[in-house]
Amino acid sequence: MINRSRLESVTERIIEGIIRFCGFSAILFVFGIFFFVFREGSGFLFSGLDIGQFLTSPEWFPTSVSNKRYGVLALLAGTASVTALSMAIAVPFGLGAAIFVSEFCGPKLKETFKIVIELLAAIPSVVWGFIGLTVMNGVIIDLFDAPIGLTVLNGGIILALMSVPIIVSIGEDALKAVPDSYREAAEALGATRWQVIYRVLLPAGKNGLLAAVLLGIGRAVGETMAVLMATGHSVQFPSNILDSVRTLTATIAAELGEAPVGSDHYQVLFIIGILLFTITFIVNLASDLVVKGIRNK
Amino acid sequence: MSTSATTSPNPVTLDPQTRFRETALVRRKKFTEKLARLTFLTMTLLMIFPLLLIVSYLIYKAAPILSINFILDNPVRGMRAGGIWPAFLGTLYLVGISLLVSAPIGVLAAVYLNEYARENWFTRIINLAVVNLAGVPSIVHALFGLGAFVLFAGMGRSILAASLTLAIMTLPVIIASTKEALGAVPTAFREACWNVGATRWQTIRRIVLPNSISGILTGIILQVSRAAGETAPIMFTGAVFFKAIEKGDIFAYGLFDQSMALSMHLFTISTQVPNVPEALPYGTAVVLLGTVLLVNALAIVLRVYLRSRKKW
Repeated sequence: MINRSRLESVTERIIEGIIRFCGFSAILFVFGIFFFVFREGSGFLFSGLDIGQFLTSPEWFPTSVSNKRYGVLALLAGTASVTALSMAIAVPFGLGAAIFVSEFCGPKLKETFKIVIELLAAIPSVVWGFIGLTVMNGVIIDLFDAPIGLTVLNGGIILALMSVPIIVSIGEDALKAVPDSYREAAEALGATRWQVIYRVLLPAGKNGLLAAVLLGIGRAVGETMAVLMATGHSVQFPSNILDSVRTLTATIAAELGEAPVGSDHYQVLFIIGILLFTITFIVNLASDLVVKGIRNK
Repeated sequence: MSTSATTSPNPVTLDPQTRFRETALVRRKKFTEKLARLTFLTMTLLMIFPLLLIVSYLIYKAAPILSINFILDNPVRGMRAGGIWPAFLGTLYLVGISLLVSAPIGVLAAVYLNEYARENWFTRIINLAVVNLAGVPSIVHALFGLGAFVLFAGMGRSILAASLTLAIMTLPVIIASTKEALGAVPTAFREACWNVGATRWQTIRRIVLPNSISGILTGIILQVSRAAGETAPIMFTGAVFFKAIEKGDIFAYGLFDQSMALSMHLFTISTQVPNVPEALPYGTAVVLLGTVLLVNALAIVLRVYLRSRKKW
């Protein structure tokens, strides 16, 4: 039996305590975020704000002198339209790239592609927004003869490029998790490459792929700077992809600076923050449960 | 002998010419194989091509202004000329201080999750919290930073408040990559150490951490690149449109000062200030993008190098 000095066992205890505390800190921070955002917005949330109107009215006039109205439906529509378009682009391409990287690449090429995708993921959102504002804006005006290029289309393409890396990397993990014996069995039965992908890989990896898509959606909903700069600034229901919109995130970023601390307008922006937090929380929880579903199988 | 049994002459004589001829099925399979490969390759390249195109276009547009003086000069004439020094230095401050906070907490949190935590519901909640922390929109982090650090803790809009907001935002990056690095250390290493009488912490300090340091460093470097590019979280917690500082003075900012930042500066001069010469925002974008991609490339090189030296 080894005899440890008293000092040693005390240090050990202290260090373990610190490590434990750091381990719990993630929970603390998530609650902290909810608590402090809620705290700033709670005054108006419980007295004054008509929640029914908040969620169902498209009228967002927070600085009107005579009749202030706080309805986020048009902003929700803005977020939904940009997210939907970006996913319509990013999901097929992202999953296609994931299939290519996982199934068709040799080890060298695979490493190269993964590095490029990693770099694509590293581009800051403000740079994406700047690209939307300058490059994409001009391209869209030229191509579609539109009066302004800061539209749902612009934001959708930018967001698609931003969320593709996460879809590729999580999707590739999902495909890697499909046992090789499945592929070999299918090929032994004479399946072509397409048939292997369609009939074996996609069904076997569907949970992981779904999680990849959900994480992509979460990223697109929460993205701020890129959509702030690339989608224009009109609060409206988009009727086609060449309309300008305003998203929930862009509204907070654009108006928080002007809203006096503690005013109704300021508090409403925090309530939008709670709404965003709730949406992304649900999306993330869903993707986590889907992934857990795979592990339990 | 067993070989004589298996090599009995085949009654069917096979003509070498027809024996290896492709059947229609084989041809079809080869064709679809090629087609599939081509389709998915195109999809992948269509995702990668924009990156190259965009980076080269940005550099092309920024070329007239890019020089070392562009980084080291103050902006002049209402940010319509001059350089980006205060923004560049501000970004260094914000990233550095956020790293001082998030690296120790993140690494220790990963040590807890990988070395101490048991498989139970509580550990699952912690993991879920890490995943969710990574998914919280950056603008919500900004609201949190404003509510918690700027107003509640009374730090005001300052470098400290902005750095802390960035630290919490980038914490999940460090936790996830450190956890992966620790998980890659074989359990046998730990068991060997425990068997000679080491405590849990001694094992971690002497065996687990030294053997996973490469992965941990990679995660920390990735945190740096992520923090350098963020705009929304610092917009309302400490970054300002303009602040003049002494040229070349690297101690120009205090902890409770407000500062400029590269990402914020790019946003400001491309959307808020009228009549900015075109090359200026392009130059700022290239410096920001270049910094972030360089830091990332460093992480990748480090990872590849250290992986090639790994002994197990």
